[in-house]
Parts: sequence; C-alpha cells; structure tokens
Amino acid sequence: MNSRMLEEIQPFILPVIYAVVIVAVLPLLAGYIVLLERKVMAHMQARMGPMRVGPHGLLQPIADAVKLLLKEDIIPDKADKLLFWLAPLGSVTMALLAYAALPLGPTFQIADLDVGLLFILAVSSLGIYGIVLGGWASNSHYSLLGALRSAAQLVSYETAAGLALVSGLLLGGSLSMKALVEAQDQIGVWFIFLVPISFFIYMVASIAETNRAPFDLPEAESELVAGYMTEYSGFRWSLYFLAEYANMIVVSGIATTLFLGGWLRPLASVHQHLGLPFEALDILPALIFLGLAAWCAKLAMRQAVPVQKMVMFLFVGLFVVLAGAMAWSLTSPLMAGIHGAFWFIVKVLVYLYGFLWFRFTFPRYRFDQLMKLGWQFLIPLALVNLLMVAIGLLLHQHFGWWLLWTVILSNGLTLLFAAWLGSENAKPSSTEAEALAAASGGK
Amino acid sequence: MTFDTIIFYFFAALAVVSAIIMVTRRSAVHSAVFLITTLLATAGIFLQLEAEFLFVVQIILYVGGIMVLFLFVIMLVNLDVAVRQIQFSRQSWVGAILAIALGAQILMAFRLGSGAFNLPAASTRAMQPNAEQIGAALFQRYMLPFEIASILLLVAMIGAVVMAKRKI
Amino acid sequence: MLTPSHYLYLSLALFTIGVIGVLTRRNVIIILMSIELILNAVNINLVAFSRLWGSVDGQVFAIFIITDAAAEAAVGLGIIIAFFRNRETVLADEMDLLKW
Repeated sequence: MNSRMLEEIQPFILPVIYAVVIVAVLPLLAGYIVLLERKVMAHMQARMGPMRVGPHGLLQPIADAVKLLLKEDIIPDKADKLLFWLAPLGSVTMALLAYAALPLGPTFQIADLDVGLLFILAVSSLGIYGIVLGGWASNSHYSLLGALRSAAQLVSYETAAGLALVSGLLLGGSLSMKALVEAQDQIGVWFIFLVPISFFIYMVASIAETNRAPFDLPEAESELVAGYMTEYSGFRWSLYFLAEYANMIVVSGIATTLFLGGWLRPLASVHQHLGLPFEALDILPALIFLGLAAWCAKLAMRQAVPVQKMVMFLFVGLFVVLAGAMAWSLTSPLMAGIHGAFWFIVKVLVYLYGFLWFRFTFPRYRFDQLMKLGWQFLIPLALVNLLMVAIGLLLHQHFGWWLLWTVILSNGLTLLFAAWLGSENAKPSSTEAEALAAASGGK
Repeated sequence: MTFDTIIFYFFAALAVVSAIIMVTRRSAVHSAVFLITTLLATAGIFLQLEAEFLFVVQIILYVGGIMVLFLFVIMLVNLDVAVRQIQFSRQSWVGAILAIALGAQILMAFRLGSGAFNLPAASTRAMQPNAEQIGAALFQRYMLPFEIASILLLVAMIGAVVMAKRKI
Repeated sequence: MLTPSHYLYLSLALFTIGVIGVLTRRNVIIILMSIELILNAVNINLVAFSRLWGSVDGQVFAIFIITDAAAEAAVGLGIIIAFFRNRETVLADEMDLLKW
C-alpha cells in the first residue's frame, strides 16, 4: 500500500516543489520589481529614487511589506463582505495559476500542458473577476466605475492579444509552450524576426491587459483615485499589487516564449546553417556576470560610506560566484537547464524594462481613445496580420519560396494596411464631425 | 482510490454544492460568483476526462466571457429594493416537486436501462493530441455547423447591440 | 473505478438543480443562470461519452453548445436590459404586460 501510494505520487513531487518555490519567491520578486521600477523612474527623471532604507534603498520592499502587513484592515460599512474578501484572493490566485504552464527552461516547467498557451490566456482572462468583484464589493461609485472601465479595457485587448499569439502559433505548429520554443530552435530564428508586427501588437495589448501606462486610466492616481483599489488598504491592497506585477511577469514570459526564443541562447542554432563556431557564445553568461562584478568593484571604490562599500563588495562576490556557477555548468549535464533559465530571465527582464520605460515616456490615453485603439486599430490589424502570416507560411511551405521573401512580403502588406488604417482612424468619425460642426457653426 | 477518482469526486462535489448555493442566494452577484465556481468545477471534470481543449474553451468562453457579461448586466440592473423582496415565486413548491419528479424519472431511466447498451469498460482508442483532433473534426467533418455557428454569433451580436441601445 | 454512470449521475444532479432554479426563482437573471447550468450538465454528459467511445464528436458538439449558450446569453441579457429600462423590474412575476 505504501509503495503503491509512493508510485502514484511520484510524478507530482517535482512539480509541487517548483510550485512551492514559485509561490514563495514571487512576492519577493514582485517587491523588487517595484523597487526596480521606482529606481528606473527616478533615474529617468534625473533623481535618485529610494535611497534611505538599506544601502541604495535595497531593503525598501521589505519595509513596504512590513508596513502593509501591519496596517489596519478597513472594510467599508456597506461593503459586501464575502466579495470584498474574495476579490483580491481571486486576482492573486489567477495570476499565480498562470505560472503552471510557463517554461523557464527545457525541464523547468510545472506542467507541460498540450494546450499550455491557451491555458495561460484563459487564466489571465479570469483576472477580470478580481477587478470587477473588487470594484462592486467596495460599494462606492468611483470603485465601480473604475472596475467596469478596467474590465472593459481588459476584454477589448484580450482579442487583439489572442490574435497576435495565434500568428505565432501558426509558425510554431503547437499550443504547448515547450514545443513553441523547440520550433524556434528548429527553424533557427526567433519568431520576432519572422512576425515583428505580431510582437508589436502583443506588446501593446499586454500593456493594456495589465493596466499599465499608458493604459492605466482605471488606476491612475489623478483619475478615479485608485479605481477599483480605492477602498482596499493594507494586506488586501498588497494582494492586488502582487497580482498586477505577477501578471506583468506572466505576460513577459509569454512574449519571451513565443517571440523571443524562450530559453534559447541568441544564435542558438545558427551554426547549423552557417558553419561558424557560435557555440562559443555559451560562455556569454559567465562573461556577463564577470563584467557585472567588475562594474560593481569599480563603483565600490567610489563609495563614500563604509557600509555601502561593503555592500558593493558583497555584490562583487555574488556575481563572481554566479559567473563561476555558469562556467562550471558548461561541463555538467545541468547546463541546458541553468543556461536556459539564465537566458529566459534575461529576456523577461528586457521585456519588463520595456514596460517600465513606456510608463515614464508616454502620456496616458483617455478612455475613449483607448477603446478606439483597441477595437478600431489593433483588432483589424491583428486580423490582417494573421491572414498575411498564413499566406506567407503557405508560400514558404507549399510553394517553396525563400523565407526572407515571404517575411518581407507578408510584413510589408500588413504595414501598408496599418498605414491605411491609421489614416482612416485619424479622420474624425461621423459623430465627432457632427459635434465639431455643431460647435463651430452654432455660435 | 486512484488519483482519478479523487479528482472526480472533488470536482463533482464542488459543482453540486456550488450549484445548490447558486439557486438559493438572495443577491444576484453572489449567485453569479457561485455559478462561476460551478463552471470552473465543470471545467475540472473536462480536464479529468482528458478533454484539454474543452477545458480551456470552457474557461475562456463560459467563465471569461459569458459570466463577465452576466456580471455587467447584474451590476447595471441591480436594485437595492429587489434584494429585500421575496426571492422565490408563488409556485416554487410546485416547481421544486415537479423538478424532483423529473429528476427521479431520469434516474429510473438510468437504472432500468443501464444494461441495455453494450458499453465498453473504457476506451482503448487514443484521444491525443486533443486540440488537433478537435481542429481536424471542426474543419473537416463539421465544417457546415461551424459556419452556421459563426453566422449565429454574428446575428446574436447584432441582436444584443440592437436590444441594448437606447435609441435605435 | 470510474464508469460513465458516475458522470451521468453528476450531470443529472446538475440538471435537476438547474430546473429547480428555473422554476422557483423570481429574478429573471438567476433564471438565465440556471439555464446555463442545465446546458453545462448536458456538456458533461457529452464529453463523458465522447471519452467512452474515444471519438471527438461529443467534444465538438459540446463546443457548439457552449457557442450557442454564449449567443443566447447575450441576446437574453439584452432583452432584460431593454425591459428593465421600460419597467424598472427584473422579477418574472412583474413582467405581466401580456396578461389580460
């Protein structure tokens, strides 16, 4: 009986360990991404960001977490108690559930579902409930309006995101996340170079999906206070916050897997086609860490305070250790896993940096402009892009055209359509034209 | 007690309990939330039956689409007065007895007819890869129903827009 | 050991609860939600038998049922909104315009 039960549980032990690690690490990771965002925002605005708590503000997320945990839990009087309690839970659960199908490396996946990509899309679309129920349960007009706006925005951009992903699926041939990365390995080129317009559509749609600027009207502070999050304080608010940043990481993970090559090293299979020794690039992770260590050492020399000097040297030590681990793993069988995880994390960080960058660069979209962009620009563009990708694939696979020509042809036609669509959208619509005429003519 | 049966009983119990709670709540929003849990439990049953594509379709369409629509409309037509009124209609006892009688009849039909068909114990044919098989079936054998369903959705979309407009 | 009977009984239970919901509640939206429950019960049946026979026909039928449920919910909710705008009520008892 005992050994039979052990046999039954055996395939579940490793995934459960991965799941526990993800759920335990993610809040800390989300906190540090918030710190990263504040630092990047500060440096883009020519200031320094959080510097007080811990050296260079590195303990700021811990201080924030302690504050949020100790804050008083305020529930509005007429709020719907069940839903008020349930909404942040739902948000966080759905955000964390999506990690089940995200592949960090060739073997670092909790579950290699055959329909992995659809599963992540489905679970992301469940995040709407956390927002809508939270806004409703707060029993406040602003919260409800913010929640409904946010939900409408999410639903609008889901379609465009799905269509952009489908064009990547056409190239990959399977819904399983692992198979998509392996398809990119086989073709030898990342999908972003084959369908850059899909990547662009997905990037815009994913920014709107996660309620980030410039699409953050529902939760911007100068708008409806904080939208659906207004009445939440303390730990409940931190759950919403965690859900938002977890969603950001999931969306970056999907974009990385589908368009940026997942866990593949840059130029991973190019040597097969060109015969050059690109395998030497495998030493890149170790070199990157050594470079970071050298930079930290240079910065350490310039620190005024002894504590900061010590912390910098600690970082030097950390990076040297990581460089050693990367170099050692070149000879061990775990190499594919560790190097794969390194490249995946680097690509996710690059995509996240894009998120952060856009937040501090673009002004906010007004809600009707947002909806117009989603429905009248992105969805037609995504449909035409899908059609062109399918035509390009047909020409390449059945008629044997060279890949470069089909890529140029399909993307060129889509760009022409996009230019036409943009000029059509820029003209005021009939109702707007009437309003303009009435305003200027009826004076 | 294999893992399969445990999963089945878990999702089945969740579905039935959620459904009972759903038809007895005062507030329509609470009913909607419990319908969502019922639908998720049904999706779990689909996954346990190795119908992965249907599992995902149930979540995306039913839970992520139809229930969001329900929630929006509930929030639009929500009346505080309605929550304090009587929830069950005057014929609820008769209706409940009739429904249970119907259920009992179907149950008797199951019990009496359980030996009528030669049901194989379990399927030996492979059902994988599930999404590809459904795709092939939808686009080859069931192409006409597929197109008709698209036209149906178009008509429903136009109908819903027209019904909900203030001025046609 | 799971036989198709288990799924039949589950779908019967959900179907009965759905019918009770349709026949006993006053709020029209909850009646619509009970109808969705009935459709789901039928879906469980179809998928269970599709697994038994090893063919995807049952699952394709279930997909069509889900599609139809979406269309029906959209139009039904549109009707409810239109009626609510006119009569300010969502209770089935009070929708008696055609009564003599």
